[in-house]
Amino acid sequence: MAPTTSDGGWSPYLAGALSGLVSVLSVALVGKFFGASTTFVRTVGLLESIVAPTRVAQMALFQKEAPMIDWQWLFVVGIFFGSLISSLSDGSFRWQAVPDMWAQRFGPRPAPRAIAAFLGGVVAIFGARMAGGCPSGHGLSGGMQLALSSFVALICFFLGGLATARLLYGGRRSS
Amino acid sequence: MTTLLAGLVTGVLFGFLLQKGRVLRYDKQLGALRLLDMTIIKFMLSNILVAMVGIYLLSDLGVVKLSIRSLNLGANLIGGLLFGLGWGLLGYCPGTSLGAIGEGRWDAVWGILGMLAGAGLYAEAYPFLKNTVLSWGILGRLTLPQVLGLNHWLVIIIFIIGSLLLFRFFEQRGL
Repeated sequence: MAPTTSDGGWSPYLAGALSGLVSVLSVALVGKFFGASTTFVRTVGLLESIVAPTRVAQMALFQKEAPMIDWQWLFVVGIFFGSLISSLSDGSFRWQAVPDMWAQRFGPRPAPRAIAAFLGGVVAIFGARMAGGCPSGHGLSGGMQLALSSFVALICFFLGGLATARLLYGGRRSS
Repeated sequence: MTTLLAGLVTGVLFGFLLQKGRVLRYDKQLGALRLLDMTIIKFMLSNILVAMVGIYLLSDLGVVKLSIRSLNLGANLIGGLLFGLGWGLLGYCPGTSLGAIGEGRWDAVWGILGMLAGAGLYAEAYPFLKNTVLSWGILGRLTLPQVLGLNHWLVIIIFIIGSLLLFRFFEQRGL
């Protein structure tokens, strides 16, 4: 049905354009723009509430972004299931602890990759919440509305990412 | 309840298309940050182009309301760069990390744990950040058409032409 790429996927132009239609339908039907990073704040608030409910209730961020399951929370969970359905049905599902590119550069041991991914996650979400969004909330939802804040954030996302990638892998074309 | 269900369905559709576009993988994300493979840029821009036309059309018809985030220079610049630095290390974004697990790339689990820890740290730092970084350079809910003083459809047409030229450049260079 769809023009496919060498790895059996769809053209990123086609998949991206279709996802753009989903973005429009979501706003038109439910009034919701895509986003993901607030869900991590709400989830950690829910987890912290188990041990220290009164403390969580007094924290300014959790008053602004209440620890609860909302539209975006289920949207993020849905991404997991959508990817699972797609990858199982076309045979591209692959159980993998270390990405190929990482393994070529740093070896196949899972521990260094786990540490890097964890630390990267800490910094990335801290930055995303500070910036007011991630590549979904700022990049897609802000970009499609031509929001200046989102273009500034998006450019900074890539500048920061280019810097880390260069540090890890050296200059371009070398690997 | 309907809203929550809509979130799940929207997430499944988005996750399905992200996986079909093959943009969830570490190798694709780092491929873009190493300027070797622009698949994720093609996907993101295609989403934005379609959604931009749809959202502004529906907004002009009074069917949907735009939701523009304020341009906060301190937050957008510093947060954006921080996100990028972490993203380069993690190789997944907040939304795509769930999708990566969905296709078996379970190193994203470490990233998700890191993002939960980072969100907890952000909640602790929030009162301090609110009075410092987050209060610097607040310029309001600006859009590109407003700042340029142009009709939004003119900006959209320029944006589309620019993106198509960029796509042509990517294809010519085999990126």
